[in-house]
Amino acid sequence: MFPFFRLGPVLVQLPGLALLGGVWVGSSLAEKEAARLKLNAADVYNLIFYGLGAGVIGARLAYAARYLSAYLTNPLGLFALTPATLYPDAGLVIGVALAALFGWRRKLPLRPTLDALAPGLAAFLVALGLAHVLSGDAFGASAKLAWSIYLWDDYRHPAQIYETLAALAVFVITWKQPLGRTGDGLNSLLVVALSAAARIFLEAFRGDSVIWAGGFRAAQLMGLLLLAVCLWLMKTWAQPALPKEAKP
Amino acid sequence: MIATLPQDTRRWTTVMAVVLALGTVWTFLSRVPPAATTGGAPPPSAREGFSAPDFTLDLLGGGQVTLSELRGKAVMVNLWASWCPPCRAEMPAIENVYQAYKDRGFEVLAVNTTFQDSEAEAAAFAQNFSLTFPILLDRTGAVSARYLLRALPSTFFVDRQGVIRSVVIGGPMSEAVIQSKVEDVLKETP
Repeated sequence: MFPFFRLGPVLVQLPGLALLGGVWVGSSLAEKEAARLKLNAADVYNLIFYGLGAGVIGARLAYAARYLSAYLTNPLGLFALTPATLYPDAGLVIGVALAALFGWRRKLPLRPTLDALAPGLAAFLVALGLAHVLSGDAFGASAKLAWSIYLWDDYRHPAQIYETLAALAVFVITWKQPLGRTGDGLNSLLVVALSAAARIFLEAFRGDSVIWAGGFRAAQLMGLLLLAVCLWLMKTWAQPALPKEAKP
Repeated sequence: MIATLPQDTRRWTTVMAVVLALGTVWTFLSRVPPAATTGGAPPPSAREGFSAPDFTLDLLGGGQVTLSELRGKAVMVNLWASWCPPCRAEMPAIENVYQAYKDRGFEVLAVNTTFQDSEAEAAAFAQNFSLTFPILLDRTGAVSARYLLRALPSTFFVDRQGVIRSVVIGGPMSEAVIQSKVEDVLKETP
């Protein structure tokens, strides 16, 4: 764990740097894949950046909305460089919604666009794992094993390393052996399905799970739902399209 | 090389069913036992979701403060030094929020990292900014080490049960940021 280093007067947050690196590599891969799939690469690139921008701004505005009186009194607080004042779930929803709206307005075809984004998403998930290694977030459950790490005053599963290795495996599998025909959307579903499956398996070794009724881990239940949707879509999208009825 | 899905719909349905069944069984087997979630306070560590590590420190001007004796109050533990520019920049905002919320059970413990500062500088700093909250002196660095101090200022928002709810590393924090975090920790019922 090595979350910060000081560069003169600036405190550089290494997990944030890892995420920025992930965005850079991911968007470059998506741009290349878009060109290969004969999509407008600039549109795909803009879709990513509008989505990311909207996600960050939305996360901050949603946080401010929860503490409206504080931010109405001190509106400059909106511009504070404090990651602890973001509402990530809202940011994710807003970012995806704006990216979808942008794609719809630019008439980007759904399945090829998803396939163009797939390797970028897989690469970003590797960077997310590295960010967790650096920050110590997403930490493991207490366990005394030969490979345990000492973190947060206990010996724990190196859950962040499991997460990074799993994301790397998903990236390699879907990059080296993409699923389906070019641009049919199946490879993007494979990235999501494999990532969901990895999360379902690895969540069992986490020490920070959100627990729902009955002791169930929220991430596993959400992962199962996501996996089921992906598998169903894969089955549906893999069917050869029926020829359109000839007009009289 | 490009992989393909089985074209046989029934085979694919079987694969789906097996994968989802395995996932469901694993999810069931890896449930968290009830004892693990109702076993009292979390262990101490300097991160969100854990109990704030306890400490007793001397106060600037005399006396001592023990963190655990403030249980029932929301506490902001702020580690600072007089030579640190962001610490200087955020102190007036901390004082304002302290004045606004102290009657609702909010306390500030401003821990001066005296092992890398000096008591005289800390006293001059407190006087300069007219600080009214307790200034604690970490002469040995033991508390800073326990709170894994890597950057100044570092701030820990502790709820009424003694659990850290938010950590802000670096600064300066704006008044809105501090206020939002304080409102969060004050929500916890005593």
